[in-house]
Amino acid sequence: MARFKSGSNLEKVFLSGTLAVTGELGPPKSADRKVIAEKADILKGYVDAVNITDCQTAIVRTSSIASAAILMERGLEPIVQMTCRDRNRIAIQSDILGAAALGVKNLLCLTGDHQSFGNHPEAKNVFDLDSVHLVSCLKNMRDKKIFINGEKMDVAPKMFIGAVENPFADPFEIRAPRVGKKVAAGADFFQTQIIYNVPKFKKWMKQVRDLGLHKKAYIMAGVAPLKSAGMARYMKNFVPGMDVPDEYIERMVEAKDPKDEGINVCVDIINQVKKIEGVAGVHIMAIEWEEAVPVITERAKLLPRPTL
Amino acid sequence: MIKAQRKGLEEIIKMIGSKKKLLIAGCGTCVSICFAGGDKEVSMLSSELKMALKNKKITINQVVPQRQCEKEFNQEIKDQVVKADLVVSLACGVGVQVLAEQFPKAKVVPGLNTLFMGPPKEQGVWFENCAGCGNCVLDLTGGICPVARCAKNILNGPCGGSQNGKCEVSKDTDCGWQLIVDKLKSQGRLKDINKVWEAKNWQTARDGGPREIRREDLLLKHQITNK
Repeated sequence: MARFKSGSNLEKVFLSGTLAVTGELGPPKSADRKVIAEKADILKGYVDAVNITDCQTAIVRTSSIASAAILMERGLEPIVQMTCRDRNRIAIQSDILGAAALGVKNLLCLTGDHQSFGNHPEAKNVFDLDSVHLVSCLKNMRDKKIFINGEKMDVAPKMFIGAVENPFADPFEIRAPRVGKKVAAGADFFQTQIIYNVPKFKKWMKQVRDLGLHKKAYIMAGVAPLKSAGMARYMKNFVPGMDVPDEYIERMVEAKDPKDEGINVCVDIINQVKKIEGVAGVHIMAIEWEEAVPVITERAKLLPRPTL
Repeated sequence: MIKAQRKGLEEIIKMIGSKKKLLIAGCGTCVSICFAGGDKEVSMLSSELKMALKNKKITINQVVPQRQCEKEFNQEIKDQVVKADLVVSLACGVGVQVLAEQFPKAKVVPGLNTLFMGPPKEQGVWFENCAGCGNCVLDLTGGICPVARCAKNILNGPCGGSQNGKCEVSKDTDCGWQLIVDKLKSQGRLKDINKVWEAKNWQTARDGGPREIRREDLLLKHQITNK
């Protein structure tokens, strides 16, 4: 891989050969910068970069780029999530330029949850581009200094390009080739959907390796601590594309301290996935539970994080 | 082809207001086929209104031109239209507008909600399968449209929300991309989906503004001179 496409800390960690660790921060449903700052401070020092969700599950929240600016003020590196749900190609390219001008160096390209999940199901959606188009658009902006229409720009947005894949969605057979498609479009790193079914993830990683994709992009395994048995059941039954085996649900049901057990399950999964050939990092999604990240990273022996 | 559903009686009564001489105008083409605005549905609405408004001394006439979207057919119902205080059209939105434009003094209100273009799936069930995007790609997708049949009109699908062949938006909706994958696989050309599709040019779709087709070879002499 070419050196320093973006110069982001995340990219440097990958290049150093250290298992990378990223966290996640969901901006608030209000204009309260304190919430963002407090969440950021909890994560600081425990992760190499922090995803900032873009109105996840289609619920209106403070913008991911604005939140990223607050994170950078506090010395954390953001990974700005960008969906195609709410922006056409004009807004997408404009926001990429704006984020780069603010100093954002990582951008995660997503199609986005459908608005029918969220709190404004009456909204008109956009989906002018899809996630593959977004990856390709960003790649061309960064490396060729061109917009989608072919026009040139003077200063390119130097971004490390992220993409996602869900190994637990259907049809399974196209899930690894889809990584190949995003690599071909320009993705530098991947974060997967939350893994509970490790055997299935292993099977997917084998397909990724068979296609040689782990050598063309960095694959980060997505994990998340369960908070309760109820949350485990909810994820299994109601979150599209989630696969929670019964053994973890049982562990959560039997646990005396479910939160602590949830962290243990998460650590167990990290210990299993980090041994899989081709896994270059873990992405910890502690949804509205940032306090879990210092504990998880400690117990999974992922500390200290490198300073490069 | 065009699928529509009747509005609720209450909403129709609200549109009628204090009008007394009503004409219910159905359409003998698309909306007849989907049982929304044919002879039977026109009669049914008429009966429902007569019962609901029995104290209001209303009169109701019924007509079902062959196609409300073409003025030639509407000429046949001219007398009934101009005599009515209000026309409740049980045509699609195209028909309602043509009738309203053709008879500028007539007050025409819609009795249907026009939904989509699509075929029957089984008895009593219809589904959308063409979005009229103006740039057909069905050759690449095994005859299944990703624009109409994917909730996010993804061209490089499927997204991560596809499970057990269903769309993340509803367990009752097939994942269009699962259908495409299955079809391409059955034809031995699954590798076709590995190609990165370029961003679509939506100018040919509704995004380019209201559309018009102009066939020079079909124009009559006076149309050309007027132009």
